[in-house]
Amino acid sequence: MGSYESELNLKATELRLGLPGSDEPEKRSCSVRSNKRSSRESSVEESRCKSNVNSDDSTTTSDHDQESVQPAKVQVVGWPPIRSYRKNSLQQKKVEGDGSGIYVKVSMAGAPYLRKIDLKVYKSYPELLMALQTLFKCTFGEYSEREGYNGSEYAPTYEDKDGDWMLVGDVPWNMFVSSCKRLRIIKGSEAKGLGCL
Amino acid sequence: MPRLAYSFPEEVLEHVFSFIECDKDRGSISLVCKSWYEIEAWCRRRVFVGNCYAVSPATVVKRFPKVRSVAIKGKPHFADFNLVPEGWGAYVFPWIKAMAAAYPWLQEIRLKRMVITDECLELIAKSFKNFSVLVLTSCEGFTTDGLAAITANCRNLRELELRESEVEDICGHWLSHFPDSYTSLVSLNISCLGNEVNLSALERLVSRCTNLQTLRLNRAVPLEKLANLLRGAPQLVELGTGTYSTEMRPEVFANLAEAFSGCKQLKSLSGFWDVLPSYLPALYPVCSSLTSLNLSYATIQSSDLIKLVSQCESLQRLWVLDYIEDAGLEVIAASCKDLRELRVFPSDPFGLEPNVALTEQGLVSVSEGCTKLQSVLYFCRQMSNAALDTIARNRPNMTRFRLCIIEPRAPDYLTREPLDAGFGAIVEHCKDLRRLSLSGLLSDRVFEYIGTYGKKLEMLSVAFAGDTDLGLHHVLSGCDNLRKLEIRDCPFGDKALLANAAKLETMRSLWMSSCLVSYGACKLLGLKLPRLNVEVIDERGPPDSRPDSSPVEKLYIYRTVSGPRLDMPGYVWRMEDDSALRVS
Repeated sequence: MGSYESELNLKATELRLGLPGSDEPEKRSCSVRSNKRSSRESSVEESRCKSNVNSDDSTTTSDHDQESVQPAKVQVVGWPPIRSYRKNSLQQKKVEGDGSGIYVKVSMAGAPYLRKIDLKVYKSYPELLMALQTLFKCTFGEYSEREGYNGSEYAPTYEDKDGDWMLVGDVPWNMFVSSCKRLRIIKGSEAKGLGCL
Repeated sequence: MPRLAYSFPEEVLEHVFSFIECDKDRGSISLVCKSWYEIEAWCRRRVFVGNCYAVSPATVVKRFPKVRSVAIKGKPHFADFNLVPEGWGAYVFPWIKAMAAAYPWLQEIRLKRMVITDECLELIAKSFKNFSVLVLTSCEGFTTDGLAAITANCRNLRELELRESEVEDICGHWLSHFPDSYTSLVSLNISCLGNEVNLSALERLVSRCTNLQTLRLNRAVPLEKLANLLRGAPQLVELGTGTYSTEMRPEVFANLAEAFSGCKQLKSLSGFWDVLPSYLPALYPVCSSLTSLNLSYATIQSSDLIKLVSQCESLQRLWVLDYIEDAGLEVIAASCKDLRELRVFPSDPFGLEPNVALTEQGLVSVSEGCTKLQSVLYFCRQMSNAALDTIARNRPNMTRFRLCIIEPRAPDYLTREPLDAGFGAIVEHCKDLRRLSLSGLLSDRVFEYIGTYGKKLEMLSVAFAGDTDLGLHHVLSGCDNLRKLEIRDCPFGDKALLANAAKLETMRSLWMSSCLVSYGACKLLGLKLPRLNVEVIDERGPPDSRPDSSPVEKLYIYRTVSGPRLDMPGYVWRMEDDSALRVS
């Protein structure tokens, strides 16, 4: 492991990929270039340097400080080795372009077509619920933490990142927006059983 | 030619040869003597071309005039991970053109990682009257219009499989081009298509093709339609569902459950996009006879996965997301005693923190409980030498071991050491290991182990590993059966390559990207080894514009009997050999 010592003087200014507290050598490897095909991936060209030019955006140099803030991860092209096909399937909700909208599908019992809405357009639950009610000509009634949308004809539900179906309104708005994959408007009678699904 | 009294008539030899199906053996037969070479060539019906540039179509059709079935592979494996730029090659058209002229009775075409256009599909549909099998794996370049040409014209089509291919979806009516009289479909896989196909046409097709054994639907096929399709094909052996959720309606569920229980031959299930767990019990009637289950798109929790998988006592192959967690893998270890192949994919590969309780322990459990386990692909976030050692000792029958620790260069999480010893144990104990993918923190040491013990190793994938050229040298000099070596982001340079140049002619291909191989070394290799194509891939512009010592971006070296390929894009340079300089 002696050869790693020679690299120590570069460590302070090199971008590193590593677990916090890990002391592994950053082998002077070559630049990882993003190629033209990676426009579908959110990969970023990462220059792991032969030269120490990146001093202005160096990561924290304290290797042993487990509490140090992990910088935003620089994605390496083609790593982890997962086929695009599989990656795309997992990300059902995609941010198209640069924050140009979070479109999610909305389905409703009995409706022949699904609709799509842009969650980014709404700033809060009341706005979203109003829009849904207008779009599908239905009513949700009052939301309460205890009763959900008890008593109303319809209730809004959504599928989250883990694949679970949740009642709209339980979590903070921002958390909802980032974890909502699709929406579904179900009959009020079914909403009662939501907790048992 | 005069026949020796004691030799067999050609017909007898042909008959004997017809029992030899393995390509390698066929190759050996052809080397015995000239007449065996000729007879074997005349009666070879299947040809497998592992690298479409290793031999030209003209050479193949000339040597084997009576081929009925062809399989061709194109791009290097790392193309799967976007490491090969657009337009690199692997165009199948020259092959189709040559075969259209030479093999009017061609029946089967199987392609992997190739570019196939609608023009190619139309040519296939037009040229081969008996055409019956088209399997396109990880291919691209065609649209549903091309598929329409196939379905409209290939009266004897039995298998149409689009596996993870990129198809431009223009119109779902290509499926309707099968005439009403057409009933020979045995296998249909449209799982990679983005848009809907004409569902009523599909239903009619499925119910009139009574020999249908494999049906893999695409995500756009709604769950409500599945029951009907199943009822039309109760003899199905392999099924890929479409989306597996809809509103929870008791009648839909009951319908589905009944349809599944009618499928007594079902052995393989896949699909399961957007799974609603409450619909999984519809599958329970078929679980105990399942041998293959692909849940790798099912974003459901461990408990739901466990309920399902614990009933699949005959399972031999399981693909699943890491939502299965260690707990789920423990259940599998206890319930699926026949398991041969396990693949665990990451649900959140780019997340910074682990989102599921899946660690090395899950794999250890399976290696203990599933004694027939021989093929593993496992994505996880932590690993230890101790765990790898245990796995190796538990499963010396392992033949394919691919481990991906998501963080590059992650050390043994217990000791902070490299994982050299762990992978060393794998190659040492698993004497029949044919395929290995490494990850984690690795020094030159691991390659020493691989070179020493990996005598049966045929394919090795390396990323972010090693310290010096010695690492590469160990592999090239030690692995006697190495066919494919792919390396990315490793500090391997010229020395090992040049010292082992001759080895490269014994392999199918070598890929190196983001390493330290210099342009000068590439030129030297190209010069010394005329039977190799040494192709430098560099999107920064001509390598000549940089010093000889400058490392190339990517390097793809493969053996060939056809010389330089003629379709290289602007960012690929083949290193010249000196054959032009030789006086013939």
